[in-house]
Amino acid sequence: MNNWLDALAWLVDPENLTGPGGVPARTVEHLGYTLLTLVIAAAIALPIGYLIGHTGRGRGLAVAVSGGFRALPTLGLVTVLALLMGLGILAPLTALVILAIPPLLAGAYAGVGAVERSTIDSARAVGMTEWQVFAQVELPLSLPLAISGLRSATLQVIATWTVAAILPVGGLGRFMLDGLPVRNYAEVLGGAIVVILLALVIDAVLAGTQRIVIPRGVKALRLASKRMHA
Amino acid sequence: MIEFRSVTKQFPDGTRAVDSLSLVIPSRKTTVLVGSSGSGKTTILRMINRMVDPTSGVVEIDGDDIAGKEPVKLRRGIGYVMQNSGLLPHRKVIDNIATVLYLTGVARGRARGRALELMDTVGLDRAFADRYPSQLSGGQQQRVGVARGLAVDPNILLMDEPFGAVDPIVRSELQQELLRLQRELGKTVVFVTHDIDEAFLLGDQIAILKTGGEIAQLGTPTEILSNPADDFVSSFVGTDRGARALHLAPGRFGNLVIDGTGRPAGILVNESPTEGPSWPGQTRGPSTDGR
Amino acid sequence: MSWLLANLDMVLSLTLDHIWLSVVPIVLGFLLAVPIGAIANRYHLVRGTLVTASGILYAVPSLALFVLLPSIIGTQILDPLNVIIALTLYAVALMVRTTADALADVEPDVIQSAKAMGYSTWGRLVRVELPLSGPVLLAGMRVVAVSTVSLVSVGALIGVNSLGYLFIDGFQRNFPLEILVGIIGTVVIALVFDGLLVLMGRFLLPWSRITRTNGRLIVVQDDPVVINP
Repeated sequence: MNNWLDALAWLVDPENLTGPGGVPARTVEHLGYTLLTLVIAAAIALPIGYLIGHTGRGRGLAVAVSGGFRALPTLGLVTVLALLMGLGILAPLTALVILAIPPLLAGAYAGVGAVERSTIDSARAVGMTEWQVFAQVELPLSLPLAISGLRSATLQVIATWTVAAILPVGGLGRFMLDGLPVRNYAEVLGGAIVVILLALVIDAVLAGTQRIVIPRGVKALRLASKRMHA
Repeated sequence: MIEFRSVTKQFPDGTRAVDSLSLVIPSRKTTVLVGSSGSGKTTILRMINRMVDPTSGVVEIDGDDIAGKEPVKLRRGIGYVMQNSGLLPHRKVIDNIATVLYLTGVARGRARGRALELMDTVGLDRAFADRYPSQLSGGQQQRVGVARGLAVDPNILLMDEPFGAVDPIVRSELQQELLRLQRELGKTVVFVTHDIDEAFLLGDQIAILKTGGEIAQLGTPTEILSNPADDFVSSFVGTDRGARALHLAPGRFGNLVIDGTGRPAGILVNESPTEGPSWPGQTRGPSTDGR
Repeated sequence: MSWLLANLDMVLSLTLDHIWLSVVPIVLGFLLAVPIGAIANRYHLVRGTLVTASGILYAVPSLALFVLLPSIIGTQILDPLNVIIALTLYAVALMVRTTADALADVEPDVIQSAKAMGYSTWGRLVRVELPLSGPVLLAGMRVVAVSTVSLVSVGALIGVNSLGYLFIDGFQRNFPLEILVGIIGTVVIALVFDGLLVLMGRFLLPWSRITRTNGRLIVVQDDPVVINP
């Protein structure tokens, strides 16, 4: 139990709360890395995912590629890229973008895939252009699943940036990976607690967003079908 | 007038849904395409608004080959009502009705005003305007679908089994409503169904389709009943089983009409009905469904 | 190549460690999650609590959980038990949710007709509802298997041996080939597990291959949007 008290003491120690190596600075770094990774991954994954969802083509390939990516061990990818690309931030960033793509991609195409075919068919039949079918029907109705994909990707990116601290990069993984070899368990535990809190807060924010963006009529639809089951 | 001239549709998997079909659909009348599944009736309907393009042959509307028209523009000018309504679940009833008006750039306020009028036209209480489709009964959703189809006041209204998924009582209400609307509006209605009774009730002209989009018989209900073209048609409309053979039996208020299975179909009276056929069980007025 | 031949014994022994560390959480996760998921599906209050709890658990980064566990359950920091327990928790978190959702999605008509034929609550669960949830449970287990195999290697950071050791050792010795061997080994283990699960599915759920083409739910669930933490 001493460990917990030590960790608490470490967390409130003013020395750990200030400066470039302090908890706040590392948290900001971690958030910055995470955001950067997600923006790049989304810029690649979402257009492809929605194109697959809209056209219905290439879905088999996307499933296979996503599945294959999922089997890649994060630690291995991070270390091998660091050796091949050098010790900057580019190597872990590349590795994490690769890992964040599958959930974002799957969220987008599964989101469109979950829209009733008859809804899309009738949108086309009343004279929507392909772009309007996408922007006015598929995109809003896909949001619940697309945001689930974003949630998964975000959690994974936050977690993997801690692992990436095996390289000389910043972020909250520093505390754990610097503390372990010197057996400074107060620092290790303190760092773990901060990163867990960060992940939970971000996930809660995204869960809230998910609730907001579910189109209201769709919410009513879900309630209606629940009532029918009862 | 819509005209099909030796139209063939072959799908990529090789099935021929329609094989050299020629058909004239007169203006301001209801033409019903009736057949079992696989008869190509929906494919024929969807070739009118270019949801499906023919492999060969020509489809003309008022003498213009529609192959030369831009599909999106063509569709915005043709009403379309489908089974399960096909409404957008994330938009309110009023916005669903106004969908095509928004698409064609009508200002929001005007579009919504027109949508409210259309709710009256199809017998839907304006109180439903701000509800979502999922909060409506099946019959009410179909009324919204019909209102949406009528939004731009199109000359042509395509209806693909629009009443197929509602219960029989609501269906017969909706059928009566459609007959009323058609008397008032006089659209060129093309209606697809697999229900021969619905076809007889609604159709001015009926095309009975065999597998592969071949027309077994084209004619008015009277022509088809009085003179079925072949065994397929007799079997389809039920004359071969005596299902439509009626006879009279005396009753307290006049002669009972008894159908082929021995069930009473109605009472024979001397004055002819003023509006459309009717039968027992069909006593409800408009807009009572779902409540 | 010569490195691999010279170190074949070590690679094989690490592979066995890796398999062992993955199999236990995968199997244990399934065995624990199914009954919990069934309870969650039956009692709404429990369901809310369990779904929230599994969501929170799922959000915890793996490295943080590895280093936290010794202080919670009193193990040594180098104990492989930390990795096994952490990965079992993730597997349970994912499968409880999957089981509850899969059971909730069984056609109400089927449940009603099973009731009408005289199945008891328990018999219905075992003979009707769980088999019908099979394809979705299988999809969930495939995700669990692949992400568990990938996560085991993170344990190397706290000194628990697996193919992940090759990543750290290769990185420290600036030797990419060693890392590549580790990556390939991990992916092969994941693919073999995945293949075994698919085979088990074909054997245990022969009817589901037909459902797959017709059932909308199963097509969507074929690649559930759940990814390793």
